[in-house]
Amino acid sequence: MPKFESVDHLQQYRRQLQASRDPNQPQVLVCSGPGCLPMGSIEVAAAFREELGKNGLNGKVLLKECGCQGLCARAVKVLIRPQEIAYQEVTPEDVPEIVEATLKNGQLVERLIYEHPLTQEKAAFKADIPFYKGQMPIVLRKLDIIDPQSLDDYLALGGYRALRKALTGMSPDEVIDAVEQSGLRGRGGGGFPTGRKWRVCQEALSDIKFIICNGDEGDPGAFMDRAVMEGDPHAVLEGMIIGGYAIGAKQGYIYVRHEYPLAVTHLNKAIDQARECGFLGKNILRSGFDFDIKISRGAGAFVCGEETALIASIEGYIGEPTPRPPYPAESGLFDYPTIINNVETWANIPEIINMGAEWFAAIGTENSKGTKVFSLVGAVNQTGLVEVPMGTTLRQIVFELGGGLRPDRQFKAVQTGGPSGGCIPEQFLDLPVDYDSLQSVGSIMGSGGMIVMDNTSCTVDVARYFISFLHDESCGKCTPCREGTKHLLHILDEIIAGRGEEEHLTLMEELCDTMASSSICGLGMSAPNPVRSTIKYFRDEYLAHIRDKKCHALVCRPLLKYTIDPETCTGCLACVRECPVGAITGKKKLPQDLDQELCVKCGLCYEACQFEAVKVE
Amino acid sequence: MKKSQKTIESILAGYPRHPQNLIGLLQDVQAEYNYISPEHLALICDHVGAPLTQAWSVATFYKSFSLEPRGEHEIKVCLGTTCHLKGGNRLVETCERDLGVARGQTTEDLRFTLDTVNCLGSCALAPVVMVDEDYLGGANIRSLKKRLSKLE
Ligand SMILES: Cc1cc2nc3c(=O)[nH]c(=O)nc-3n(C[C@H](O)[C@H](O)[C@H](O)COP(=O)(O)O)c2cc1C
Ligand code: SF4
Ligand code: SF4
Ligand code: FES
Ligand code: FES
Repeated sequence: MPKFESVDHLQQYRRQLQASRDPNQPQVLVCSGPGCLPMGSIEVAAAFREELGKNGLNGKVLLKECGCQGLCARAVKVLIRPQEIAYQEVTPEDVPEIVEATLKNGQLVERLIYEHPLTQEKAAFKADIPFYKGQMPIVLRKLDIIDPQSLDDYLALGGYRALRKALTGMSPDEVIDAVEQSGLRGRGGGGFPTGRKWRVCQEALSDIKFIICNGDEGDPGAFMDRAVMEGDPHAVLEGMIIGGYAIGAKQGYIYVRHEYPLAVTHLNKAIDQARECGFLGKNILRSGFDFDIKISRGAGAFVCGEETALIASIEGYIGEPTPRPPYPAESGLFDYPTIINNVETWANIPEIINMGAEWFAAIGTENSKGTKVFSLVGAVNQTGLVEVPMGTTLRQIVFELGGGLRPDRQFKAVQTGGPSGGCIPEQFLDLPVDYDSLQSVGSIMGSGGMIVMDNTSCTVDVARYFISFLHDESCGKCTPCREGTKHLLHILDEIIAGRGEEEHLTLMEELCDTMASSSICGLGMSAPNPVRSTIKYFRDEYLAHIRDKKCHALVCRPLLKYTIDPETCTGCLACVRECPVGAITGKKKLPQDLDQELCVKCGLCYEACQFEAVKVE
Repeated sequence: MKKSQKTIESILAGYPRHPQNLIGLLQDVQAEYNYISPEHLALICDHVGAPLTQAWSVATFYKSFSLEPRGEHEIKVCLGTTCHLKGGNRLVETCERDLGVARGQTTEDLRFTLDTVNCLGSCALAPVVMVDEDYLGGANIRSLKKRLSKLE
């Protein structure tokens, strides 16, 4: 790769690159994103490499391992360009057939094309698949086109054009104006207007300033940021460099969650490439502007996603939040003014500079502009990443994009906002999703986790899950958070154990009020949301646990009772072999006995029995 | 199995002497040796110029550090929200029974460490288990047992 000494040089290189690329070149894109990797994408890619070689197609068909293609439920995904044939659930054994039929003879492999989970309608081409209709990819746009480790791929799609535009045609003020006018709000949870934050930092008097990208992605159930860092790392870098130019910072940091080693690898590679080509370093594109980026790896603490704790962690200390003000924009990393934004926020910046603030501001709702990426997971049929304009309804997301639930299940709730969010019941499915609407129903946008729950999930158990998580992750610095989560957890445990009382609900609500009003950081302040929202919308479930000692979702173990129906039991002993405590006894071919005293309610016998003789209530 | 092990000196040499590098160094030592021994902790403090108390509090605050030796194989069962809803807890119990070790613990022969984590970022395929560097997506008790039985 050349080092770009000037903007003209970059432009010339890009033109050559684009001219040299044949838009009709056959390409195989094997998804290697967070969903497909665990399902064997490496083996599928290796099979393609071998098979293409065997068939003498090496130079003719381009093989790429790309980022998340969205519909992770159907991993491993393979996209054949230029036709955009989207194959699903591809295994290494399918590869010879794809090469033979599709790549050599232009035919479809019918059994690998998409089928709607409910209507069974088939679709071979990406554009016809309902999951992708209604999406508006801006941040995810390049993920199924580029090889994330190829700077050429990024440049061919207009990469670093926004940087060029900012450095040569816009003053720092104009860059901030554009971000402000676009209406972009932070994608990491709080939804603070990005331009306004930048302005404060730009105006802060200091020669030294910092840029931070928050890639901690602590909300369990969310993986948007991972997908972007792994699948389009240069977009994050480009956004940060533009941010550095706007506020006058020379150094940036990307704080990456401990569990994301591949994101670190791809970002490091991108940083090296950007340095080599002169997008990072001294005198970037001969503009006189210097900027560089370092990676700081998280070490496994949820609270470090909070900005002041994250800063402490980069400095080498334990991640305890500090009260704000002062905000990082005034006094942040090493006490210098610092802008910290989320991965997705940064990835939006180059698009806003390229396409203009008006373009961005025309997408979305009155107070929430642009798109949002959600990780749609849980009880929906089509789990994966979706990117929709702000204002799309929950119903559209869950039932149109997500393809609804299994036919034998009923929708119960959508959980948004991770541990700081709430459970949204069916009555709000037609709510247009944006920062304000979610808040109005007691949840938050958060970073974009969207977890669908059906009748097999228990909302009391979910509340307990989040409180237990927050209790573990509370840094313990302030009393309301530390003690509040402890008490809430204790009460929820009592309810789940069948020792709940109705007064417990009032007590929990009071505790929630105290925590919300007197904790130092967002963790403690928003910890009540999962409890409040479930008590508010699913009071009946709490009452069933408290009054009737029943968990209708069959989740809370102490309230379950397993029995063996002597009429249907064939005495096959499958359950006996599974039971870890020897609670089931009896003679072969005769009905078995289940000892309630010994039973630990693990449910293994229930699953083992093929005759549905084990009953649970 | 690990390739040839990096010496502590060569890991230290990769970092400038500044307290800011405390966490990075701890991470590298953890990755290389699977835990942070008292000797290594002291060497790191000397190198970056941080007091031992700071290093100690950092090493205990963050979950990814271990001050005790860990097993040759690490099994991490995800208990993030999605995996929790999809029965992650049963998978932990399966591991506990199969490996004979409680969550968060290492077997006495230092062969296995069983841990739980809050989301591996592959939630679309929940429940997920990580066995050493490999992910097991859409796991169930049977596929997990099969995977565990392959560990040597
Ligand atoms: C407990 C806690 C955890 C957080 N975790 C994250 C996170 O994982 N990723 C993130 O981008 N922001 C997280 N935030 C929000 C950050 O503090 C900060 O507001 C955000 O990074 C700012 O970027 P944005 O304006 O682009 O959203 C968290 C906040 C709190 C209180
Ligand atoms: S609210 Fe909780 S996490 Fe935040 S500073 Fe207080 S104790 Fe720590
Ligand atoms: S639920 Fe578990 S402990 Fe109880 S009888 Fe069945 S297998 Fe045994
Ligand atoms: S990771 Fe392959 S489709 Fe999401
Ligand atoms: S919740 Fe288990 S991978 Fe995300």
